[in-house]
Amino acid sequence: MIDPVTLAVIQAGLQQVCDEMDLTFSRAAFSPVIAEADDRSDGIYSATDGSLIAQGSRGLPVFVGTMQFSTRHIVERIASGDTLPPEEGDIYIVNDPYLGGTHLMDVRFAMPFWRNGEIFCWLSNTGHWPDTGGAVPGGFSASAISAEQEGLRLPPVKLFKRGQMDAEIYQIICSNIRVAEQRIGDVQAQASALLVGAERLTQLLDRYGDATVTAAIAEMRALAARQMRANAALIPEGRYSATAIVDSDGVVNEPLTIALTVTRQGDTLTFDFAGSSPPCMGPMNSVRATTLSSVFLAMRHIFPDVPISAGAFEPLTVIGIEGTFLDAHYPRPVSGCAAEVSQRIAEAVFAALVQAIPDRVTAAPAGTSGNFGLGGHDPERGRDYVMYQISGGGYGGNAAHDGLTNGCSTIGISKAPPVEIMEQNFPVLYRRYALREGSGGAGTHRGGFGLDYEIELLRGTARASFVMDHGRSGPQGAMGGKDGAVNIVEVIRNGETLIPEHLSKAQDIPLSPGDRVRVRTPGGGGYGPPAGRAAASVMEDVRLGRYSADEAQRLWPQIAGKKT
Amino acid sequence: MTDLVAGVDVGGTFTDLVILDPATGAVQLAKVPTSLPNQAPGVLAAFDAAGANLADLALIVHGTTTTTNAVLERNLCKTGLITTLGFRDVLELGRRTRPQPYGMTGTFTPVIPRDLRLEIPERMDAQGRPVTPLDEDALRSALRHLIDQGCESLVIHFLHAYANPAHEIRAAEIAREVWPTPYITGGHDLLSESREYERGVTAAVNASVQPLLERYVARLAGELRDRGYPRDLLVMNGNGGMVEASKVSREAVKTVMSGPASGVMAALATGRRAGFPNLLTYDMGGTSTDVAMIRGNRAPVSNEIEVEYAMPIHVPMVDVRTVGAGGGSIARVDAGGMLRVGPESAGSTPGPVCYGRGGTRVTISDANLILGRLPADRFGQAAEDARRAMHDQIAAPLGLTTEAAAEAVLRIANTHMAGAIRMVSISLGADPRDFALFAFGGAGPLHATALARELAIPRVLVPARPGITNALGCVVADLRHDFVRTLNRPLDSVDMDQVHAILAAQEAEGRRLIAAERIALTDTTAEFTADMQFIGQTHLLRIPLPSATPTRDDIRQRFEAAYHARFRVTLPTIRANLVNLNCSVIGHRPYMDLSRLIDPAERRTIATPKATRTVWFGQPMETPVYWRDHLPLDPRITGPAIIEQMDTTTVIDPGCTVRGDADGNLIVEVPQ
Repeated sequence: MIDPVTLAVIQAGLQQVCDEMDLTFSRAAFSPVIAEADDRSDGIYSATDGSLIAQGSRGLPVFVGTMQFSTRHIVERIASGDTLPPEEGDIYIVNDPYLGGTHLMDVRFAMPFWRNGEIFCWLSNTGHWPDTGGAVPGGFSASAISAEQEGLRLPPVKLFKRGQMDAEIYQIICSNIRVAEQRIGDVQAQASALLVGAERLTQLLDRYGDATVTAAIAEMRALAARQMRANAALIPEGRYSATAIVDSDGVVNEPLTIALTVTRQGDTLTFDFAGSSPPCMGPMNSVRATTLSSVFLAMRHIFPDVPISAGAFEPLTVIGIEGTFLDAHYPRPVSGCAAEVSQRIAEAVFAALVQAIPDRVTAAPAGTSGNFGLGGHDPERGRDYVMYQISGGGYGGNAAHDGLTNGCSTIGISKAPPVEIMEQNFPVLYRRYALREGSGGAGTHRGGFGLDYEIELLRGTARASFVMDHGRSGPQGAMGGKDGAVNIVEVIRNGETLIPEHLSKAQDIPLSPGDRVRVRTPGGGGYGPPAGRAAASVMEDVRLGRYSADEAQRLWPQIAGKKT
Repeated sequence: MTDLVAGVDVGGTFTDLVILDPATGAVQLAKVPTSLPNQAPGVLAAFDAAGANLADLALIVHGTTTTTNAVLERNLCKTGLITTLGFRDVLELGRRTRPQPYGMTGTFTPVIPRDLRLEIPERMDAQGRPVTPLDEDALRSALRHLIDQGCESLVIHFLHAYANPAHEIRAAEIAREVWPTPYITGGHDLLSESREYERGVTAAVNASVQPLLERYVARLAGELRDRGYPRDLLVMNGNGGMVEASKVSREAVKTVMSGPASGVMAALATGRRAGFPNLLTYDMGGTSTDVAMIRGNRAPVSNEIEVEYAMPIHVPMVDVRTVGAGGGSIARVDAGGMLRVGPESAGSTPGPVCYGRGGTRVTISDANLILGRLPADRFGQAAEDARRAMHDQIAAPLGLTTEAAAEAVLRIANTHMAGAIRMVSISLGADPRDFALFAFGGAGPLHATALARELAIPRVLVPARPGITNALGCVVADLRHDFVRTLNRPLDSVDMDQVHAILAAQEAEGRRLIAAERIALTDTTAEFTADMQFIGQTHLLRIPLPSATPTRDDIRQRFEAAYHARFRVTLPTIRANLVNLNCSVIGHRPYMDLSRLIDPAERRTIATPKATRTVWFGQPMETPVYWRDHLPLDPRITGPAIIEQMDTTTVIDPGCTVRGDADGNLIVEVPQ
């Protein structure tokens, strides 16, 4: 048994190794998705089964736990002879979604960490590359019907051999992706993060000894499990059901259902997704690793104190995904899983557990990344461009307060780009970038407000694509609160307003100068019955123009006769 | 008339005063409770406590937290915003964030409420070309509305005004005709860079603290005058320079971070005299722990400080980072049985258990007391309460003795602080081992040697007066003006004549401003830097330039060398981008004699402990306790030792050796 102080110190030390990898990766990376949006994650994984030992605290939440599945697949494939065994200095690259991944753009590097000629653990990281080939720039094809249309798929291969990059593999990759000339900067950054991690981990092991650190890792895992069990025990014993709806798969215009029943028994939780929709034709399928990770990240939003470790996942069992769109297999397209389906899974977890522990869980947040892509030609600069506008939405009301306005996606931590930067880089003019009035779901504590923006194309022609969600139904209210407002996309061409057939998803809608795109993002769900809200709080929202007087009167009848 | 210089710093708990005679080095000190919300009575009380005759003073420099507190508590003046049609909510929407990576809760209060944010038709494009003309009628009616609402300050913030401020300038002209006060801030006045949220928040904070700062400073200056002080009052700015009181409120936002900046200035001056050009400053107080990195005798200045969640202030300020919650950090055993320290804090109220002010949860300060690092007799009955709390909350659940539990708390606190300091160093591209640790604040010297060992830092510098470092910073700070100009162009297509013209203009403006202030200076210098990146990147590296007339190759070579040093990568195929040109003009004040901060008359020839007591360093050790003022200049003590003084306690870990220098600094060698 290791003493509690050494344990805590080694835990902090391992965390530090991961945090330094995160920082190195972001600071050296070229793609804004990694450098600015932190769409990456770094961690330490077990040598035997790839299970998660520690992960950087500023990694993108959607990657909580995914790389342990990737790493496990590599370990298994090495054992079975499908992948070449490692030598010192080797780094594997892999982006196959079906081998413990998310979508193709999330490229994983995995490096064995050696001590005295043996693998002590794995250092692995994931970075979202701006492009990995496929039908559309950026990889988010809303209408793909097979993995091949989504981009280049790499099984685990050694990109670095004995410390040297394999130029041939690199050339194959570069010949299959867009804007390849800048990728070398990201590849170097991703590898250099692992090397920095190895250096720090070596120092830690030299200081405390391999045996002590190994013992500490086992103990940390047991403690994290115990902590999650203690949290599980806060939930009254029983079954809690909820559903969440994905608008459509982008190809077939039918809603997809996530059906979830959470059972608390003893100190464990079972998440049963039986009854969810079967695999879909379009890209809104999820893969097993992403589905599990979405459950983990939702639990960490509820219990942020539990360290990210394989132990924390032990008391959580996910069942019933076989045969559903939450466990898709090759060649089902999957580009929507990391950004959208993951957030619907988290929403189902929130909606189920808010009934059980209403003091800790919020009503549903906007829960969409709000991807709007515009690709076209700018005649003034004589060049093609691809622009991405991501957007936030309202968070759910909760036991303590109203929901936050324009919060980040549930699975992300990145900032949205400023309007001024977008206008510098692309031939567009924003007509509006505003709080979406009336969008917060009514409740004792109302939901936060979504965003209302409108963009005009100034010159050249362009095509607009959308991968969003919550167009059919708004984020769910909780404990008697009302749903937040639905996501609305409008394309205004020659003065006529077009609403995409799939509401929140569309691909390649042609635009001419003067045409506009208006997006209103979801508000958060309300919490508690609206009747419980103080009239003064309602009147304050009316005074600030967040709701019209009529709206407020309808949602909160208790203000009848009160004056602003 | 003498040359006496007074520095007075108002902190969260105490107001500190240092009066220094540059001719003789003679010093008067005072420490009195801070008065809130009006800090002026505390400042005057400090002068009374020191027995100072204000008529004798040549200069008073003041560090104040008036604006900091106003922002953090949102105790702001009623301020209106007039902005571009369609964009009034920018200040409320922010950049789509949440306060913590995990946890879907949290709230945010915008600096200006929605009903006081008005829109009018006008628009520039990103190149600064007018798209919609300024609607002057709409402007006048918006102004009338805000005046009727009782607004005292006004912000005029238009999209792309950094590219072409014509509409903002015209709107301000019209506003000045009708606005009842002088408090009008244009978005482009303080910074000329893109990013509407950051520029808007900076302008909004400026406008909404302006009247508060002006009233406070005017009243204080008046009272000082009534008491016979006839000269200018200077106020510390967040960039580590200082400004005349009568001018300070025009750019009031620059005084947010005034306190931390003066601490770094004191470290800079002390380090320069002691021969330590590279310092990691480590300021641990009751409620926060702040670090900053001084390299080559230069203060770290950044224009991208975020003072709290979603509150970016983008004017040049000393880059001080908060790495912990200070001595009040709460220790607990979590549901899994793991010992944790922070981030929760007992703050200064109720504070640690040992303060006896109603705190019940055990903190870092309680651990220091239990281990004998702080003198138990100063705490009375509360010392017993602290022991009991440590036993019940930590020791019993973990099956440890009370002392072992307290040691565990310190060890974990130090591990986390060391980790956070290492992350700050790395994010600034430096290795902490190349620095000496400059320990100050009430609790900095308690932890410094243990922390240095954790970080493999070989040397700790404990200044003569760690507990009044910020006030000393006011005394020694230079005059300073910082300029930033955004170019954002590929280096190989930048017009080098334009680069030279910008740097020359920045330098000339800085020298003009400094010449206008009536302060004795030895000389005025200018430093030039460039913020750069490879095209396609978003993070910036700051590169020192050799002069105001660098060649293109100078810049490229310096950037590539700095990039390689940082990331061990060369990228010959990718072009470099020149983002910002910066200039700092510094008016150097005469060196202050700091050798009498501890009264030489008190000094003894041999270091003799005043007592011994049991202090825990992994085991109980009978440890000599020295009184700092009685130590000889070069005390040659080997740890374990405790050194007490009026304003702090320094812990010397076993095996460390202490020497001293002519200024009364202690230099602790930390064996690795």
